[in-house]
Amino acid sequence: MKKIPNNRAWFLVLPVFVTVAFSAIIPLMTVVNYSVQDIFGPYNRVFVGTEFFEMVLQDRDLHEALQRQLLFSFWVLLIEVPLGIAIALALPVRGWLASLCLVLIALPLLIPWNVVGTIWQIFARPDIGLAGVAVNRLGIHYNYTAEPFDAWLTVLVMDVWHWTPLVALLCYAGLRAIPDAFYQAARIDGASAWAVFRYIQLPKLRGVLMIAVLLRFMDSFMIYTEPFVLTGGGPGNSTTFLSQFLTTLAVGRFDLGPAAAFSIIYFLIILLFCWIFYTVIENLGRAPR
Amino acid sequence: MRKRSLALIVYFLFILLPIYWMVNMSLKTNDQILVGFSLLPENPTLTNYVEIFTNPAWYSGYINSIIYVCINTVLSVLVALPAAYAFSRYRFIGDKHMFFWLLTNRMAPPAVFLLPFFQLYSTIGLFDTHLAVALAHMLFNVPLAVWILEGFMSGVPREIDETAYLDGYTFPRFFVRVFLPLIRSGIGVTAFFCFMFSWVELLLARTLTTVDAKPIAATMTRTVSAAGMDWGVLAAAGVLTIVPGALVIWFVRNYIAKGFALGRV
Amino acid sequence: MARIELKDIAHSYQPAPERPEDYALRTLDMVWEDGGAYALLGPSGCGKTTLLNIISGLIRPSHGRVLFDGRDVTDLPPQQRNIAQVFQFPVIYDTMTVFDNLAFPLRNRRVGEAEVRARVQEVAEMLELTDDLRNRASGLAADAKQKISLGRGLVRKDVAAILFDEPLTVIDPHLKWILRRKLKQIHQEFRLSLIYVTHDQVEALTFADQVVVMVDGQVVQLGTPQALFEDPVHTFVGYFIGSPGMNLLPCRLEGSAARVGDHRIPLAPELAAQASAVGGELTLGIRPEFLRYSTTAEPGAVPADIAVVEDLGNFKIMTARLDGQMLKVKLPEEAEIAGDAGWLIFPPEWTRLYADGKVVEAGQ
Repeated sequence: MKKIPNNRAWFLVLPVFVTVAFSAIIPLMTVVNYSVQDIFGPYNRVFVGTEFFEMVLQDRDLHEALQRQLLFSFWVLLIEVPLGIAIALALPVRGWLASLCLVLIALPLLIPWNVVGTIWQIFARPDIGLAGVAVNRLGIHYNYTAEPFDAWLTVLVMDVWHWTPLVALLCYAGLRAIPDAFYQAARIDGASAWAVFRYIQLPKLRGVLMIAVLLRFMDSFMIYTEPFVLTGGGPGNSTTFLSQFLTTLAVGRFDLGPAAAFSIIYFLIILLFCWIFYTVIENLGRAPR
Repeated sequence: MRKRSLALIVYFLFILLPIYWMVNMSLKTNDQILVGFSLLPENPTLTNYVEIFTNPAWYSGYINSIIYVCINTVLSVLVALPAAYAFSRYRFIGDKHMFFWLLTNRMAPPAVFLLPFFQLYSTIGLFDTHLAVALAHMLFNVPLAVWILEGFMSGVPREIDETAYLDGYTFPRFFVRVFLPLIRSGIGVTAFFCFMFSWVELLLARTLTTVDAKPIAATMTRTVSAAGMDWGVLAAAGVLTIVPGALVIWFVRNYIAKGFALGRV
Repeated sequence: MARIELKDIAHSYQPAPERPEDYALRTLDMVWEDGGAYALLGPSGCGKTTLLNIISGLIRPSHGRVLFDGRDVTDLPPQQRNIAQVFQFPVIYDTMTVFDNLAFPLRNRRVGEAEVRARVQEVAEMLELTDDLRNRASGLAADAKQKISLGRGLVRKDVAAILFDEPLTVIDPHLKWILRRKLKQIHQEFRLSLIYVTHDQVEALTFADQVVVMVDGQVVQLGTPQALFEDPVHTFVGYFIGSPGMNLLPCRLEGSAARVGDHRIPLAPELAAQASAVGGELTLGIRPEFLRYSTTAEPGAVPADIAVVEDLGNFKIMTARLDGQMLKVKLPEEAEIAGDAGWLIFPPEWTRLYADGKVVEAGQ
């Protein structure tokens, strides 16, 4: 649709601008303020420039948290995207069964994030949890409250449980948008199931997959609540991801300066990915379908 | 074909088992949970639910959550409607930048805003009120609402607007009488997603409240740290938080993907 | 190439059809001769696409058998029937080049790469796609995409028939006739069997040697374009084909004449005799092209009021009122029309009678 140039449209956007600016710009200014000053009291503050930034960037704990974060996000994408595509392909196409499947699949997405943590806490505990008990009975020693690797794995499985449905739903919507004629033509052309996937379904899913990958990357990059409830970042630091690290810094240790500096760095990273995300979906809208 | 349904069934088990386990636990007493391990509750009991519905510490959490979530949903949709209309119909200076800026807020890690929010709302005296949480959640819900609504509005042909103006409608009258009824389902879907994202968020809600507006999610985390876990009640509380979403989801089942993809599917 | 036979075919999309209306396609027998150009013509929802999909094997009919050259293929999937089909919206494989698109059906059948290259070159030349072979198919215009869809059918040497499902819907009008001509040319050159589904009578009548007219899941007539025009066997065919369609007047028999209101319209005596033998609700039909207009009374002429005369350039369409019913008369451009009344003449050789919608044949 061609849009009409009309600068008075700003009046319509103004309420949004004001409300979001109130919640975004003022706090951001505060963060900037903290990040460059060391504050001892209301009237006692020292300008420290980039000192906090340097301090944070050299923090070994942060480096480790960042590494863990990247590794985690990497695995999240590696598992959830193919799994989501596979589920979308396997889902029934029409009828009440399809609706039921959609609703069931969406269920994990609608559960408060801390409850997701609680569910898995209960489910995976080696003493009272179904999964924990079952795994141990199989002869595999498993205890996420004590073993760092078990904890990390539990968080990963929990994330797969929680967010694969998102990828599956997006792909399902994308698949439904492919006209029947494509499948029919492929049958007549003698294409194998693999060729149908490779040359029809996958290309048509490109758009939704881009959205899914970027959303999953960004959300997993900011994961906080679920591991906080499940493991509290431990044992040790094995499940301390960036957001966890930041809140510990700000609320736990009350190191406002470094926390603020880190917030800004964190925000800039996200901003970069946002920009990629935005460019991608804007181009999707324009590309011929 | 059979292999396919088998794989699906396995996946659905994976999805449902953890939820089932929580429901199962919510029907047991604490002793039953800790002593015996059973797939089915042997003597199902509703004591955990009774505890939640009679103890103000618990049920006020639900009421608080529902209040701020509702305020947030109404406000978000209200401010987003005109903006979404502007984005779907007009080109204006800085529209692209504005859209991008909104997106960054949707994507920003809440942890970044934790401290400043605490300070901001303390300063203006809104700390520990429902309004504070509602406003804070607008940070990510307003952009979401704008995105989803814009998607629905772009589907309404502009000829309808032009016809209405030719028929002598003023903009506000046209917007309320003609346009809003056309995108009813879009508004419903948007409201659902605002409701949901506000309902599932914990970090900001917990930070901005202490007593009066404490949400159910925060109540739950505090039980965790209390001496001696009350697993049964915790599970019951968890089950009750799933209920609202599970009830409404049937109505928006065809729009779920659209909502999660910011209206871009 | 093959001779395609449909034996006792019927299809319903419902699992347990009961009434005739539950069927998308009611029982029919039909033979498509090898090398013929057929058009399937009918309004939307008449079952023509269903019929096409039964031939190609995308749908397995609920009843009956499909034979290719006498071989029963009812249970064979499309890829084993050697059928090519072009759909309403161009189907191309976005990520591939034009070359790969054309080669796709061959490669799926494990044809050697040298032969693939030769066939693709040949087909591309035929369809004037040679310059685009290296380009991505997704960037092309709709008509080129549709040519690729056609080309994917043509590359296979052994195709039994090429089926078209309203293939020109999304093509710009000025490109339509170029594509149609191309199709005709290919047909004449290679004598392929073509079956072409459309709801556009001009497309059907100019493309096909034989036209199959369908309505409500039934075939009402199979014939040459001329036969459909001159001898429609069903009131629907008369009304659906031609522009404007056939004039249809409910009537009664009175000796060897049809009575419409107060007017007597003379008929061929043997036709009248046959009609009285058949019985049923009678309808008189005559094409606007054959109805004559006269300013003066003649034997057998019927007086009528003239409602409207439209001048359409090289001819005129007159709308006349006869006993409260509207009749269209096609007149030459120079025809003179006097006043707002006149006489209509129904030449007996072009006047048809229909009993319960079906034609009454005089020769029987």
